[in-house]
Amino acid sequence: MSIAIGFEGSANKLGIGIIRDGVILSNLRCTYITPPGHGFQPKFTAIHHRSEIIDLLQRSLKTAGVDPKDISCVCYTKGPGMGAPLVSVAVVARTLSQLWGKPLVGVNHCIAHIEMGRHVTGASDPTVLYVSGGNTQVIAYSNRKYRIFGETIDIAVGNCLDRFARVIKLSNDPSPGYNIEQLAKQGNRYLELPYSVKGMDVAFSGITSHIESVAVKAMESGEYTKADLCFSLQETIFAMLVEVTERAMAHTGSQEVLIVGGVGCNERLQDMMRQMCNERGAKLCATDERYCIDNGAMIAHTGLEMFKCGVTTELKDSWCTQRYRTDEVDILWRD
Amino acid sequence: MISMECPSMNQELFKQGAEARIYKSSIFNKPCIVKERFLKCYRHPTLHKKLSDKRMIQEARSLVRCHTIGVRTPLVYHTDLDTHKLYLELLPHPLLNDLISSLEAREQQSADITDTIRDVGRQIALMHDNDVIHGDLTTLNILVDIKSGDSYFIDFGLSSVSSLSEDKAVDLYVLERAITSSHPKMSQLFTDILTSYAQYSSKTAKTLNKLKEVRQRGRKRIMIG
Repeated sequence: MSIAIGFEGSANKLGIGIIRDGVILSNLRCTYITPPGHGFQPKFTAIHHRSEIIDLLQRSLKTAGVDPKDISCVCYTKGPGMGAPLVSVAVVARTLSQLWGKPLVGVNHCIAHIEMGRHVTGASDPTVLYVSGGNTQVIAYSNRKYRIFGETIDIAVGNCLDRFARVIKLSNDPSPGYNIEQLAKQGNRYLELPYSVKGMDVAFSGITSHIESVAVKAMESGEYTKADLCFSLQETIFAMLVEVTERAMAHTGSQEVLIVGGVGCNERLQDMMRQMCNERGAKLCATDERYCIDNGAMIAHTGLEMFKCGVTTELKDSWCTQRYRTDEVDILWRD
Repeated sequence: MISMECPSMNQELFKQGAEARIYKSSIFNKPCIVKERFLKCYRHPTLHKKLSDKRMIQEARSLVRCHTIGVRTPLVYHTDLDTHKLYLELLPHPLLNDLISSLEAREQQSADITDTIRDVGRQIALMHDNDVIHGDLTTLNILVDIKSGDSYFIDFGLSSVSSLSEDKAVDLYVLERAITSSHPKMSQLFTDILTSYAQYSSKTAKTLNKLKEVRQRGRKRIMIG
């Protein structure tokens, strides 16, 4: 029996999760929410994480009913992510590892999303669409690596949504993407937007600047409502994502799709992906906000898989990195 | 006026790609391929029509252009924009992708397909010198005539016309990624294609320099220095 504790804080969510051999004992999260029209800056996000982490840790241990001496390893997010928040969380993981005398395991954030998604849905060898505020990748496994088939060549899809939410001053609570999704349900007039797919890669910055330039005018003239614009943006960018996922499936011959990452809990995206899968006789595996959105359990789960394969991170190597490719990690726990 | 057989008769579903169904059929008493862009239910109808129209027209134009300049592609027999059907010459050749996979399975060296690889590089150079950007260069979109070793290019749905070295470099980058992600053990093949490309293309230096730039562009790349 092995127990792992995982610390995640690569963006504005601070998460701590405790896992016993795949069983989630606790998975608590605390989000740094900024006022409408504002994004989260690294410095203030790190301050938020620092001020909340001890309380969150105590609540996590209590919820899980675990004594630190029973824990096998302390896992933390090594990257990719924002520098300051990553470091503020790594400090705590490093300290606990020494205090409790337990080995440290540095985990790749993207790999953790994929492994948690596979664990929760039971998908065996899916084509993965990883969509969040900082990442947009189409991934498939082969030969001990998660290989990136397609990705964004500029900004991430969640970044595109977040920026648009700022332009039309939507609330960031619980998240800008969630509020766009709700508002889009009332929209029905489709505004044509740029559509940018290059092979299996996508680009979003052109769409962002286009909609920013027309949004205010379109709303003032009354031609399009806020809801119409949210609707049009979602329909366009999700169609791009479904298209590149389908292209990757045609390439790999895969019959399963797994959606992970914060944008992955958007139900419209899941619906569109499900329709694409049905047309091809494939299966969609999606999870809800507990696992899609950044969380500590995914770090604990992946860290434990690594630990069981003999991977640990020495103190001197326990740094963080803002750039850490999905295809850099050797996947020792899969055939 | 030429009378035409009804092409919807005895169509046999051959393949389902990401955005089109491919049927085997016949037209003007010749065997042909019908590429039908079908309705994608997940897409908004306005967006769907815009994409299907644009891609079908572009595909037909690029195929004709390629044929004129001497790049091996299927001939265009007939186009029907109302039903989004493209009638193309039937090429009975295997995919480069399958050829590479079978070499991989037998753990053979890529020596068997050296001539083909050189031909692929030469034809991409020819395309680019004439400003045709394929847009989806993968080993699934290249057919190989086993007997002659000649390569044929298909699926120009994402193609465009551009003289920018940026677009040409991205075209090569898409191919590089397709090869290294689906045939990680055979990534040497791309280097070989590039060598041949450099030999035949007239604007090599500019495009290859741009390619180096494009490679750095994916997110979260490791940066040194």
